[in-house]
Amino acid sequence: MSDKRTPRNTVGKPRRRVDGRAKVTGQTRFADDVALPRTVYCKLLRSKVPHAIVRSVDTTKAERHPGVLLVLTGKDFPITFGILPVSQDEDPLARDRVRFVGDPVAAIVAKDEATAADALDLIEVDYEILPTRATPLDAYENPAPRIHDYGEEGNVHKRVSFQFGDTEEAFGASDRVFEDDFFFQGNTHLPIEQHASIAAPDQDGKLTIWSSTQVPHYLHRSLARALAIQAAHIRVIACPNGGGFGGKTDPFNHEIVVAKAAMILGRPVKIALTREEVFYCHRGRHPVLMRFKTGVKNDGTITAMHLKTFIDGGAYGSYGVASTFYTGALQTVTYRIPRYRFEACRMFTNKPPCGPKRGHGTPQPRFGQEVQLDKIAEALALDPAQLRLKIVEQPDTITANYMHVQTIGLSDCIKSVVRRSDWAGRFRKLPHGKGLGLACSSYLSGAGLPIYWNKLPHSGVQLKLDRSGGVTVFCGATEVGQGSDDVLVNIVAEILGIDPFDIRCITGDTDLTPVDLGSYSSRVTLMMGNAAIQAADRARDLLAQAAAKKLDVPKDRLVFAERRVFDTEDPNKGMTFQEAVILAETEFGTLGTTGSYTPPRSPARYKGGGVGPSPTYSYTACVVEVDVDPRTGWIHVPKVWIAHDIGRALNPVLARGQVEGSVYMGL
Amino acid sequence: MKSLLHLSLSVNGETVETAVAPYKTLLEVLREDLNLTGTKHGCELGECGACAVLLDGQPVLSCLVVAAACEGRKITTVEGMAGRSGQLHPLQEAFADLGGSQCGYCTPGILLTAQHLLEKNPHPTRDEIAEALSGNLCRCTGYNQIFEAVEEAAARMRGPK
Repeated sequence: MSDKRTPRNTVGKPRRRVDGRAKVTGQTRFADDVALPRTVYCKLLRSKVPHAIVRSVDTTKAERHPGVLLVLTGKDFPITFGILPVSQDEDPLARDRVRFVGDPVAAIVAKDEATAADALDLIEVDYEILPTRATPLDAYENPAPRIHDYGEEGNVHKRVSFQFGDTEEAFGASDRVFEDDFFFQGNTHLPIEQHASIAAPDQDGKLTIWSSTQVPHYLHRSLARALAIQAAHIRVIACPNGGGFGGKTDPFNHEIVVAKAAMILGRPVKIALTREEVFYCHRGRHPVLMRFKTGVKNDGTITAMHLKTFIDGGAYGSYGVASTFYTGALQTVTYRIPRYRFEACRMFTNKPPCGPKRGHGTPQPRFGQEVQLDKIAEALALDPAQLRLKIVEQPDTITANYMHVQTIGLSDCIKSVVRRSDWAGRFRKLPHGKGLGLACSSYLSGAGLPIYWNKLPHSGVQLKLDRSGGVTVFCGATEVGQGSDDVLVNIVAEILGIDPFDIRCITGDTDLTPVDLGSYSSRVTLMMGNAAIQAADRARDLLAQAAAKKLDVPKDRLVFAERRVFDTEDPNKGMTFQEAVILAETEFGTLGTTGSYTPPRSPARYKGGGVGPSPTYSYTACVVEVDVDPRTGWIHVPKVWIAHDIGRALNPVLARGQVEGSVYMGL
Repeated sequence: MKSLLHLSLSVNGETVETAVAPYKTLLEVLREDLNLTGTKHGCELGECGACAVLLDGQPVLSCLVVAAACEGRKITTVEGMAGRSGQLHPLQEAFADLGGSQCGYCTPGILLTAQHLLEKNPHPTRDEIAEALSGNLCRCTGYNQIFEAVEEAAARMRGPK
């Protein structure tokens, strides 16, 4: 909300989310729930070998199999795709190479799923097996054969090197310098909903696809490129996702394949991946080997940090270039680090591609940084909580790598969990096998830059109001479970003073809704929310002008609340919301407003400085109690205390669910 | 070998007749043949609980039940939980109000499993709720709001003291 306005209607009140009823009645329509007449079904043949040249694909027998309507191979897809402009390295179906077990090689479309699955066995693929690079070190030490023919050299996909100030000089002037190696294993999202898509030609021959995607706009662009169809002739509808967590933020092979098949066959083609196939899609958190060199004064003040990360990217680029930058971009936003050096290296390996998962590349180095801080506290005989409080970054600061920290509530978060966990009374005082630990973190509230270079808005919202009193809000944002539809409606309801359930909400549809970049990087509430504020303010202003004229009171005395528009000095003097809309429609004609949001320009003006800036950062501190069975090593976590600096919770029920769900996934 | 199998089922109190491929699971028949898409296909391996329905009042994983074994039996899906005129079941009300459902994909299976629990045990403890729902995975909520919603629904169903 803008500073001058205090919420009085819906914002900040715990409420049932607007899509809550649909979720508990089974009426939420996920992609696999979309059923269209004449639908046929697609299955993908996936490579059973991790690395090979595809010499030939013989589909003759499969094409003759009863019930098979179409067989597609790499020959049908001459154009590559990928989420980042610099990594267009994926084939919808392999043309000449498979790079991991699960890489799609061919597709069958048949009258039903079982027939398509049977026909997969009839495809004969002749592979020339290549050596498998299973680890980043293996890939580094064996530059040939190259998994991709692009990248830095050998199997190095991306190198990054930054130097912000003379770190070596600072280490020389430090009381102590700590060097520690850490390894983060990586993991996957595992939403309960498997990826599914259904594509169909519409009445005038244009393409529509319903998909479980977090990024309808990026899928829209990828389909236009890979199928060489103009984007204006493609409609992407992002169905509500049955969980995403970053696993549905890439355009995927199966989406492009069913789109092509639907255009060829002239009828709907559906694919629903199996749980096994979702593991092949992956895009999970990158495994990262990291080395932290940190100089400190005896009081714990950090003088400099030098971070090196060595990253297992898997078989494709995906978001990897951005992920590589993210393994070092946000080290500086939690604590004061006056000089900072960061080097990173992402390797291609013959495994499912890694990508963004909750925190996109930043949880891995955060883990290393926080554990090293504990080691520093131990060595300097300092309390780890007090040490952190001493070195917390200050508000309105430009960090060494030019990230702009605006507000920072990290100290309050630390104090909160320290107090609630009785840290002072229990830290280092529990019996053998039991302990408390504390760690902090920070993340974006949306990336400051889009993934492809442009100066366009990151989020757009449209409002339609008419004489029925009905309000419809349109936005390209995607409901992935986090409650973005509720955020959107909540903000509009707050400003127009109507009930959230009076508003119809249309999201994630590239034909109907203005562009929003997608549900990722914790961006939707901030970016879509600000666009919604602008659109709703403009609508409110039109209604207020018309109502003020009718009531003969100054416009700025009008209040919008409880489905009424009234004079704040004489609440009886007013009208219903619907009457205000009718007056405004009479006065101005058909009513519609728009709002958009573009993040402020970042002070990071160097190459690579596009990764890390955010309109604002969220902060968190957490104390965890851990029991370790000294005999078995079995770990049990009886309690977690957590505090988040999230700004204002628009709907506390949803905010709490986000925090608790993330704690659980973190465990 | 793929000639269709005639089935008569009692689904949400209505008798339905259908002819299905004999290899189909109850999940597939509900979703694909009867258009009851409220029941979710999750892992289809019997691990996640998203497809749970009540079969003769007992929770089952519909992805592991062959439809042919359901001839003449009673099945309750999430579509059968609400009453007439849009009256939600107390569990549905509580889940919607208290954040027990985020993405909603695990929700139908959890609601039906919880309904079975509350029919057997109107006063479940937190541990009993957790145990009853231990076969239903949720990746969004962290479970606390699910457990609280079941407790709230149990209280509402018991009525004022």
